[in-house]
Amino acid sequence: MFSYPLDSTNILRKKKSLKKELLSQNKNLIEKNIAILGGSTTAEIKNILELFLLNTGTKPNFYESDYNKYYEDALFGNEQLDTFDPDVIYIHTTNLNITKYLSVDNTNDDINTLIETEIERYKSVWKALAKFNCAIIQNNFDFPIDRSLGNLDFYDIHGKTYFINQLNRLFAKSAREIKNLYINDINYLSSYIGLKNWFDKSLWYQAKYAVSMHAIPELAFNLSKIISSIFGKTKKCLVLDLDNTCWGGVIGDDGLDGIHIGTETAIAESYTAFQKYAKELKDRGVTLAVCSKNDFANAKEGFTHPDSVLSFNDFTSFKANWDPKHQNILDIAREINIGNDSLVFIDDNPVERDIVLSQVPSVSVPNVSSDVIHFIDHIDRNGFFEPITLSADDINRNKYHEDNKKRTNEEATFESYDDFLVSLNMIAEIKTFSSIYLDRITQLTNKTNQFNLTTKRYTVGDIENIKANDDYIKIYGKLTDKYGENGLIAITIGRLEENLCHIDLWLMSCRVLKRDMEFAMLDELVQQCKKKGVINIIGYYYKSPKNNMVADLYKRFGFTKIHGDDKDTVWKLDIENYANKNKFIKVTND
Amino acid sequence: MTREEIFNGVQDIFRDIFDEDDLVLQDSTNADDIEEWDSLNHINLVSAIEKEFKIRFALGELTALKDVGAMIDMMVRKLK
Repeated sequence: MFSYPLDSTNILRKKKSLKKELLSQNKNLIEKNIAILGGSTTAEIKNILELFLLNTGTKPNFYESDYNKYYEDALFGNEQLDTFDPDVIYIHTTNLNITKYLSVDNTNDDINTLIETEIERYKSVWKALAKFNCAIIQNNFDFPIDRSLGNLDFYDIHGKTYFINQLNRLFAKSAREIKNLYINDINYLSSYIGLKNWFDKSLWYQAKYAVSMHAIPELAFNLSKIISSIFGKTKKCLVLDLDNTCWGGVIGDDGLDGIHIGTETAIAESYTAFQKYAKELKDRGVTLAVCSKNDFANAKEGFTHPDSVLSFNDFTSFKANWDPKHQNILDIAREINIGNDSLVFIDDNPVERDIVLSQVPSVSVPNVSSDVIHFIDHIDRNGFFEPITLSADDINRNKYHEDNKKRTNEEATFESYDDFLVSLNMIAEIKTFSSIYLDRITQLTNKTNQFNLTTKRYTVGDIENIKANDDYIKIYGKLTDKYGENGLIAITIGRLEENLCHIDLWLMSCRVLKRDMEFAMLDELVQQCKKKGVINIIGYYYKSPKNNMVADLYKRFGFTKIHGDDKDTVWKLDIENYANKNKFIKVTND
Repeated sequence: MTREEIFNGVQDIFRDIFDEDDLVLQDSTNADDIEEWDSLNHINLVSAIEKEFKIRFALGELTALKDVGAMIDMMVRKLK
C-alpha cells in the first residue's frame, strides 16, 4: 500500500482504518517529533505523512503551525514549538509563497535585489530554526501552472519560471552549505506527476491547499524517504537475480553468445540500462550481491560478456547455486554483516519473489513484474537507497568489504587468531570528537544496530552539544591495517557524574568485529576517566531485536553485573587497578 | 447510474473517510449530524466523491446545499 506505484485514492479514502492497521501491526515503533511549518494548508499532509512514517516504524508526534505561519513561528518563536523539541522540522512552502515577482518595468539590476530579498527570507527562517539543532526539510519551488509569458517565461528575466529556477539554484547552494538542511525536491516531484495533477486551482481557492489531494500521498511518500534516510533506515545492499534480470535469456541454456546485453537490440539495451543503474548505485556506496539459481561458473561467465556493464568484482557476495533463494539471501546478509532488513531483492520470477518474501519478510522484495523496463522504477521510486549526503565513507564502503574479503581469506592461513591479528599491523586513532567527524558520528549512531549497547540515536545537534560539554567523555576510533583504512568505526560516549562515568553510548561498526578494537576503546576510556577522577564506570545494555551479540560485552570487559534481568542489564567497573586490554593495535590518541 | 447507486457510493465514501462501517446516511443528513464532519473533512469527502464519480463540482456549487440529499440530486443531474 505504501510503495510504488501508490494507490493515492485509497490511501486518502481509507486513511483512518489504515492508521489503525499500522498501529496494531507494528509494535516496535520509535517516537519522533515532527514539526510542520506550513505556507498553506497542511492538515491532510500531516495525516498522510503519519501513515507513511508508521509504515517505516516511526511513530510521529506532530506540531502543526497555524495556517501560513511558518515564517512567524520560525522567527518570532512560539512557546508550544519550543517545548515540542522537534527531531525534524518540515517547511512546506511552494511557489504560492513567493512574495514578489519582477514586473515588466523592472530592470536587470532589480532582479538580483528581488531574488536576494526572497532568499534572505528563507535564510533567516533556517537560521532562526538552527537553535533546535534538528533536521530541517525545506521544499524547493514548484513551477506555477500558468505562465503569461508562455515559453519566454523560462528565459526572460521577468519570467516567473526564470525567477523560480534562480531561487532553486540558491536553495541547492544553501543546502550544500548548511548542515542539517535538506531539500524536498517538489520541483522534480511535480514534474514527475505532472503540474496539472500536482496543483488544483479549485482546492487552492476553497481550502488553501497548495497541492492537489491526489498529490498529497506522493508528497508524503517523498518526505518519508528523506526522513527515513535521516534516521538511518536506508537499505544497504541490492541483491540481483541473473537470468532475465541482469541480462536477457538464460546463460546456462543460451551461452555467453546467446544472452541479451549491449546495444544491439531494444531488449539488450534495456538490460544494459538496468546494469548501468545498478553500477551507479554501487559507485556511490550501495553494496551489490547476486542470488541466482545457476551453475556458479556459468553465472560468473555472464559478466565476462564484452558488453556487460557490471563485472564479477562489483559484487560483494555472489551466490549462484541450486539452494533455495531465501537461504542464499540469509547467507548474503550474514556474509556482508548487515541486517536482513537492509536488503532489496530484484528478481523477474514471481515465484522466487514470493518465496523470499514469505520466508524472510524483512527483506524488501518489490513487485517488479517480469519486464526489465520496470525494475529501475521500483528501486528508484521507492527510495530504498535514498542518501542524505554522499559521504566519503559511503563511497568507500564497498572497498572496505573487499578488503574484508582478503582478510577473511588470510585468516584461514594462520596458526592462531592472535597470529592473524598481529599480521594485520593495525593502527588506531582514538581521540576526542572533532568537528570534521560530527556528521559521520551522527550517521553511525543512527545506523548501527548490532554492536550497539544502548541503541541511543543522536542528531547532529546532540553530538555538537556533547562535543562542547566537559561533562562528557566522547571518543571515536578509526582503524587502519595493512589492507587499508576502515574509516571511523567506533564511538563511546560517557556522561560524568561526580566520580561515576555512565556509558550512554557504546557502538562499533560490524566492519571491524573481532579485531580487538573494543579493547583499545576501553583502554582509552579508562585513561580519560582516570584523568577526570572517576572511580567507577557504569555500563548499560538495553536489549533490542538486533544487539544480542553484545549482551555479554561488559562481562568480557571485566565489569560486574549490578542489576538487571534477561533484557536490560547494568554493569560496574572499578578502574583503580585496571590493566590495559589491547595487545594488537598500535594507538595514537589526543 | 441510478440515484440509489449514487447514494450507496457516496455512503461508502462517508464510511471510509470516517472509518465507521455501519454509518447510514439519510437524505436529510448534514454536517451537524456527524461530529467529525468539519471543514477539513468536508474537503476530503468532496475530493473522494469527485475522484470516485469522475465529476467536478464548480466553485460555490456545494455551499448552497443544505444536506446529503441535495448533493445527491445535483450529482444525479451531473451524471446524466
